[in-house]
Amino acid sequence: MKKTTATASRAMSATATITAPTNLSRRKFIVGSAAAAGGGLTLGFQFPFAIPSAEAQGAGNAYAEINAWVVIRPDETCAIRIARSEMGQGTLTGLAQLVAEELECDWKNVTTESPTPGQNLSRKRVWGEMGTGGSRGIRTSEDYVRRGGAAARIMLLQAAANDWNVPVGELSVSDGVITHAPTGRKTSYGKVAAAAAKLPAPDPKSITLKDPKNWKIAGKPMKRLDTAEKLNGEIVYAIDLKLPGMLCAAIKDCPVFGGKLVSYDEAKVAHRPGVRRVVKVNATTVAVVADTWWHAKTALDALPIVWDEGPNASQSSATIAEHLKEGLTATTAYASRKKGDALKAIDGASKKVEAVYSTPFLAHSTMEPMNCTVKVSAGRAEAWVPTQNAEAALAALSEESGLPLDQCEVYKHPLGGGFGRRGGAQDYVRQATSIATQFPGVPIKMIWSREEDTTHDFYRPISQCRLVAGLDDAGKLVALHARVSGQSINAFLNSPAAKGGSDERQLQGWYEKAGNAQLGYTVPNLLIEYAMRNTHVPVGPWRGVNTNQNGVYMECFMDEVAHAAGADPLEFRRALMKSHPKHLAVLNAAAEKAGWGTPLPPGVHRGIAQFMGYGSYSAAVAEVSVSDQGKLKVHRMVLALNCGHAVNPDQIAAQVEGSVAYGLTAALYGECTVDKGRIVQQNFNTYQIMRLAEMPKVETVIVPTYDFWGGVGEATICVVTPSVLNAIYAATGKPVRSLPLKNTKLV
Amino acid sequence: MAKLNINGKIHDVKVESDTPLLWVIREQVGLTGTKYGCGVAQCGACSVHINGELMRSCSLPVGAVKPGDKIVTIEGLSADSSHPVQKAWLALDVPQCGYCQSGQIMAAAALLRKVANPSDQDIDDAMTNICRCGTYQRIRAGVKMAAASAAAFAPANEGRTILADPSASPKRRGSL
Repeated sequence: MKKTTATASRAMSATATITAPTNLSRRKFIVGSAAAAGGGLTLGFQFPFAIPSAEAQGAGNAYAEINAWVVIRPDETCAIRIARSEMGQGTLTGLAQLVAEELECDWKNVTTESPTPGQNLSRKRVWGEMGTGGSRGIRTSEDYVRRGGAAARIMLLQAAANDWNVPVGELSVSDGVITHAPTGRKTSYGKVAAAAAKLPAPDPKSITLKDPKNWKIAGKPMKRLDTAEKLNGEIVYAIDLKLPGMLCAAIKDCPVFGGKLVSYDEAKVAHRPGVRRVVKVNATTVAVVADTWWHAKTALDALPIVWDEGPNASQSSATIAEHLKEGLTATTAYASRKKGDALKAIDGASKKVEAVYSTPFLAHSTMEPMNCTVKVSAGRAEAWVPTQNAEAALAALSEESGLPLDQCEVYKHPLGGGFGRRGGAQDYVRQATSIATQFPGVPIKMIWSREEDTTHDFYRPISQCRLVAGLDDAGKLVALHARVSGQSINAFLNSPAAKGGSDERQLQGWYEKAGNAQLGYTVPNLLIEYAMRNTHVPVGPWRGVNTNQNGVYMECFMDEVAHAAGADPLEFRRALMKSHPKHLAVLNAAAEKAGWGTPLPPGVHRGIAQFMGYGSYSAAVAEVSVSDQGKLKVHRMVLALNCGHAVNPDQIAAQVEGSVAYGLTAALYGECTVDKGRIVQQNFNTYQIMRLAEMPKVETVIVPTYDFWGGVGEATICVVTPSVLNAIYAATGKPVRSLPLKNTKLV
Repeated sequence: MAKLNINGKIHDVKVESDTPLLWVIREQVGLTGTKYGCGVAQCGACSVHINGELMRSCSLPVGAVKPGDKIVTIEGLSADSSHPVQKAWLALDVPQCGYCQSGQIMAAAALLRKVANPSDQDIDDAMTNICRCGTYQRIRAGVKMAAASAAAFAPANEGRTILADPSASPKRRGSL
């Protein structure tokens, strides 16, 4: 079977130096070149920027691009193009399901291909946004990818109708087999693909998409398309890349954020095995380049470096905590929501409840440390990178190499974890590019040590929250005041959204507006405020972003208020949720599945929480016990989720399970502290990660209402920690108001 | 110089004896299924078998490997992903990002070699590798499924002949 790729097209002649088509996919090509000892295959990395248009495809061409989303080959393979990044969250499979559903192809014949950002650019961003964050991968591309699949189906059917000279309305299709019932004739997608590729594309707006009730592929627990290669060492993460003539780099950035690199003594390590050179990466970073990464890393460890630690070297967790604490009671703050007069109502309430909560900085700790391989030659820069935003990586490569975008290309590798770390910043792409520009023509693979990874993250922002509630004589909540004081991601990014401290993003989950991260409670007097208190520590999005902290603040406090009112935490919430039926339905679903109110084994206690983020509604019930010695065990967690449409229920369950592990790790152990201006924790021995033995039994209840598209990857993490903390409160009678739990004696 | 028996093949590698086995496997031998995660034997992404014993190769100097030692990496666990653990992992879609899974699979295979029918406590004690995606629940289920299938189908050895279905594991991801 002859398989060709885009390199076979005439479009490549403008940029490529070879004319013979390669019969390997680029991914296979890398694997193949890794196995080859010589460098003769490097020509294959000269990639075209353009993919052939449908018209450019000849009838005899084995590669028929029906449209940007669908390629059909004579062997009936349907290659579906996936623009978003796959980092484990399952979007690759989910998007393929949506396209295949409308395409009406045989799911068994589906493979996937990933366009590069250079290809996307050269085709006027036909694949739309490639960035993969904010749990948007499916919910913000579902419409156009389904239209892409449907348009391809329409063209394929039309090609068959033309061939048989019958009205297209007389044809039907199932699993890629086209039937003309009146005459009993049959053909297949593979047979008509070349003709279909030459037909005009239908107007996407004229297409009627299937009613999700009739879905056969989408909405079903299809197996992931990328599992097999993860079981035998075959998958090539960027960190595994091997290129002919490649050198490896290890880097060290100034341990204190805001400090500078002053000097280093290259002579002290120049003699070490394999070392090529020591280079300055940027104002704060130095790199050792060697034949292997181990040689580079050990030489870097031995390299004498002088830092100017700058003005932040006096900062510590204690100074940062004081800074935030001041914000809790400062006279001015940004008032996001102001309804009635909360302060007055609290003053006049018959009962007042008050609590101050705090959450720390957290590192992402993707299992694959930051890394990037870059080759910069005359007039061309290429990067091989694990990225959540390939277009941002392309921009970083272009800026840092000084080459225009159309002379740069980024090859996206599967990510060994993302969680928000590999999104917009692309700091590691810039570093690798800077090193590579100092080694023209030589591919440089830069890998961060785990220590570098833990100490130079964009951390989950630190914050504190003071909450005050007023209850009337009947124990009804009449007023709520929440003031968050803490660091702003938008401010760190110099975003206009943080201007003047009015940063809505830090109040994620408390919004009035429906649809995204709406508060599910109605309180007659409400004041939600944010006091921006920035630090010198870099911050960024961390799976679930600010719904994590705000979910803890709101939902743990809600239990404290319910306790003060003498009410059951579930009933207390229900009474406040009558105007938020979707929130309430999910809360009820979790409570029902968990058996809220039914007897538990001795010593086991329940906690409940609900919150909203990423356009989806989440709730959780946790069952925990606390031993006489204060040892916590989380036995069982039930999570309910309404994400609107559930494209792959099994992968949604996997994301929910994963959110429990990621959330519980933060609750139990997660903490990056600051001393002398730097992050103290360096590796997993001090930045502890939850292991299998601590994983509770997770039960996922998906309650889709099919009237919106919500996110999944980050939706449920916000209810994990508060439900566990509320169960601990039920067990011990003492609320936990500061994370992580390892710092708290529970009894 | 070191002579290493990896997956049944002898490799002569030129390397300083204090180089961790992990980096020899990855950079000299060129097998990249074994992963770097922490370098301090905390996460287990680098797990391999040496004479059937589970080892965290990031903290083992290659000089400590004896000439007769048999090293098995994920690439050598089975010729065709037919080890019961690999099959169970496929059946349950255990991996998410997949980066830690080589180590998880090697740890699970080593456990099953020692304990044919592990209890939850056995699994808790043996499966201490870190997974950031949080696949722990499926790892537990996968170990149990592998144990059951190995017991049912291959009493004599490690059960590598069961349920061979190549169509169940197509390679379905690539580039344009």
